[in-house]
This record gives sequence, structure tokens and C-alpha cells, in this order.
Amino acid sequence: MTEKNYNPNELLICTASRLMEDDTTAFIGTGIPMLAAALAQKRHAPNLISIFEFGGTGAVLEDLPLAVGERRTFHKALAASGITDIVEAAQRGFVDYGFLGGAQIDPYGNLNSTVIGDHDHPKVRLPGSGGGNDVGSHCWQTIAIMRHDKRRFIEKVDFITTPGYLTGPGAREKAGLPPGTGPYRVVTTLAVMGYHPESKRMMLLATQPGISVEKVIENTGFELLLADDIKENSPPSEEELSILREEVDKEKFYI
Amino acid sequence: MNVLEEGLGKMLQPPDINAFRELNRQKPKALIDKRMTEAEAVSKFVHDGDYIGTELYGTVRCPQSLVNEIVRQGKKDLSVAGQGVFELDMLLAAGLVKALDHTYIGLEVYGISNCLRREVESGRIEHCVEWSNAGIAWRFKAAAMGIPFIPTRSMLGTDTLKYSAAKVVEDPFTGDPIALLPALILDVGMIHVHRADKHGNAQIDGISGFAFELARASKRLLISAEEIVSTEEIRKHPDRTIIPYYLVDAVIHAPFGSHPGEMCYVYERDEPHIKSWVEASKTPETTQAYLEKYIYGPSDHQEYLNLVGKERLQELVDMVPEAEK
Repeated sequence: MTEKNYNPNELLICTASRLMEDDTTAFIGTGIPMLAAALAQKRHAPNLISIFEFGGTGAVLEDLPLAVGERRTFHKALAASGITDIVEAAQRGFVDYGFLGGAQIDPYGNLNSTVIGDHDHPKVRLPGSGGGNDVGSHCWQTIAIMRHDKRRFIEKVDFITTPGYLTGPGAREKAGLPPGTGPYRVVTTLAVMGYHPESKRMMLLATQPGISVEKVIENTGFELLLADDIKENSPPSEEELSILREEVDKEKFYI
Repeated sequence: MNVLEEGLGKMLQPPDINAFRELNRQKPKALIDKRMTEAEAVSKFVHDGDYIGTELYGTVRCPQSLVNEIVRQGKKDLSVAGQGVFELDMLLAAGLVKALDHTYIGLEVYGISNCLRREVESGRIEHCVEWSNAGIAWRFKAAAMGIPFIPTRSMLGTDTLKYSAAKVVEDPFTGDPIALLPALILDVGMIHVHRADKHGNAQIDGISGFAFELARASKRLLISAEEIVSTEEIRKHPDRTIIPYYLVDAVIHAPFGSHPGEMCYVYERDEPHIKSWVEASKTPETTQAYLEKYIYGPSDHQEYLNLVGKERLQELVDMVPEAEK
């Protein structure tokens, strides 16, 4: 394999950024989604409307926010309100995409960011839902950004913090979650996955540059469905990398 | 109503909306001077065993000078509405928290909270009841509305609901499942604002987080402000008054009250200071050393600011972009 001219975080950011469309609303959390949204605004989606949990709607992401409530999340924004206004907008169906993360994910896209081990006697106490559960409940399509290994991609998560397709087809609706919502993509340093339209189980759609299908399977702790035509993503372009390094994250906070 | 599911989590603060009304009736409606120091406000209004909440959070417009004073006075066995970063880390570091209505405690870009891990994994925190972020804000909203609960479609189908104190019921109108969140009435709420008058009329610039809801969900409300302004100044822009005076019990003048967090348009986050805490929080010994240096050592907020240094504070002011001042 030839020497790559990008690092794993840059690959994740560029891959997630390509999924962001112009003229859509996207619920953005701390970290990689912020960088991906900033890159998208500067490249192919100038009117990507970023939605930040504590009240920022439509910020121009000129500088990188370090927290979901800080001033850069409403820099030159269209509105600065508060958390109930934002999540109520999502509950009413206004938010197209939601970006999520977690310590564990299962084949139905359920995410754990609460505990490793038993809830009342945890091995590791994690930060908790925060806005994750709200995003996973109300946004039309959610995109999880994850590190890809067998400890994280597991058959059953220790705790369902944020709903994916729960136990399978129809389970979200049965639980009372809004019809037509749910996980859409999972972006990792190894691959991009979607969900089978009927079984709602995770399905490999594309591998990252230079990564084999076998390697993705090896690093997934459950049976991964395979799309008929698995693509290989193109590497981050010179244009993407130069915007990312010279404009989005000048201070090299994340990359 | 047909109850379909009940969360296993303990109801840490059962809402009594009639008692809340009675208490609100008793609150003075006269325009009295409520200014006092952090030490006076905490000593008068915060008690051992209270249920408290802060707004916005740790690194953003946070009532840090009030939280530091709670640590200084060692108010213990607290229950806390857990949406926080730096400020809740201080309470956890000092071992003052007994129970959490939890949604997020972490250090955002710097990762998970070592103090939260130590306190929960050791069992020193007796209850960790889970909620979503909006779930907690809506619980405040229900209290603010003066009603016992509020329905939502968050949390359904998950362990977040299973380990909460919410209930899922059959919507009596449609028959669909819907989650009911109990109102959350705080014993003490604390909010840091840009400006307030001596009566407690308070204004916030930028996003309002959940200040509107939390202010109206508090039995006792402490407002710390960057600036104390005249009532005439407040009356010039009444549309900006998010918290009217009658909600407020104490007004504390706290310049740089959110340090090391930011105050939008006024000063920026003190990144090296936050990083030094992230490092210090890694072991119990270095955690205690940090508390000694920055909280137990200084006798009040002014001494804390002296320790941080005038030059450093000026740098944080200068970092605010010119166009946003």
C-alpha cells in the first residue's frame, strides 16, 4: 500500500462531509460532525443549515466550535434560541439529518454512550445520552460516526442510549417513535454502511480507500450484510484536504 | 390512562405543583434590592441535601463562581440535574453529589469525566437516573408551566427510558405510545447572565440554552451577572429580559463569573486552564490539589480572579472577535 497523504480523522471528516447536502438541516454535535459541516459549507453545501442543541440555527462555520453551546455555534447565525425550541423543531419534523457517535453500535444501529457493563454497577461510566437520544428519536435520518473494531460493533450493546431500529422492522413505530425516521448511514475509517430496507440490519455499502471487504468483516463483531455492488470510496481530494487543513481546522485541534 | 412501561429509576424530586404555587405566592413581588455576595447567597439559600441545577453549562455562560462557593462551603449530599461539564466536575471532585438525574457529564472535546467515573463506579453516587438532554429541559418546562408532567416522543424504546423515572402511556386520544416526563422543580437553580439589575431582572445575550425553563422551575433562584445595571437600563430593552425579578432570590455581581468558561461577546474560554483541569482530574491526588489551589485556597471569587491574573483575563477579553463586541 502506498503512503497515504491523510490521517484517519481527515478520512472520517471528508467521508461524513460528502453525505451533507445543500439546503438541508443537520443536527450537529461536538467533534467530527462540526468539522464535516464546516467543510461541506465551504465546498459543496454553502446553505447547509447547522442546528446546534443549545440554540444555534444556521451558523456560518468560519471558526471551529469547541463545544455545542459556545459562540461559534451561533456565529452569524439566522437564529439564537434555546434547547427546547431546537429539539421541538426536530420533534415536529424539521430536521433532516442528525449526526451521532457512541462507544458501541449493534446491527440495528442502536447506540450506547451511557455505560460499559451493568447500569447500576458499571465497569465504565460514560458521559450519557446528552442530546443523542433526542437526535436519534426525532431526526429523519441519522448518521453515526464511529471507530470501527470488534469491541464497538457488537451484536448487543450494553445499554441502548439512542434508538436505532431497536429490535428490527416496525420496532421504532411500535415504541411510539415517529414513522419514517431511523438510522441512515454509519461512517467509519474502514467503511460506509447503510441498512437493509426490509430487515433493517446494517449493510456494507462502500469500503474506504485501500480497505478490503474482508477487513471490514473481520473488524465487525456481528454478521454484516453485503450490498450487491460494494463500492470503494475515493480518497479525500486535494481540494477537501486543503480546505480542511488551511481553513476548517487551522489550529489542528482535531486533525 | 393505560401505563405501558415504567422507568426503573428513582424519582429523586417528586413534583408537588400545589406546594410550588403556594411558595411562588409567598415570594416578594416588591422591587427589593437582592444583591449579595456568593458566600451570602450560598449560605442563605443552599442547604445540605438540596436538589440543585445550573445553566448553561461548564464551559459556556456557567455560574461557576456560585458553584465554586458551594464547594468552598462544602454543601453536601446534593442531588443534581446532570447536564454539565466543568461545574459539575467540581461538585463531583469534591464528593458533594449523592444522586444525579443524568443526561450528560463529560468534557466534550476532551473526552469523558474522570470525576464522574470515580464517583459512579465506586458507588458513592447512590442513584444515576437517565434522561435525554431535551428530556431534562422539558421536565423544567413542565414545572415552568405549572403542570405535573409533559409528553414527549424522546426516549421511547430505549434503556434511557428504562433507567429513567418516566412512564410510557397509551395516548388517550390516539392510542399511540407516548412518554410522560415528570415536572422537575429544583430546590435551587443557578444561572449566570450578561446583565441584571439589583432586583433580579436578568438579560442574556446569544443563545438562551434552558435558562427560560430552569429559571421558572426553581424554588430558589440565584442569578450571577457579569454586570449590574440600573432598572432604567433594563426597561430600555424589556424584550431582552428572559428572567423577570420576581423569580429571583439573590443577585450576585460576578465579573468573569463563568471562568474558565466563556461568556459570549464578553470573553472567551480559557483553554489552557480547562486543559490543566483535564490533566489534574486524572488522579484523586491531583484533583484535590486543583481544588486546594483554585477553590479552597481563595476566600472568594475576587481572590480566585486574582489567582488567574488580570493580564490573563484581559487576554480572554481581547480574544473576542472585534465584530462581536
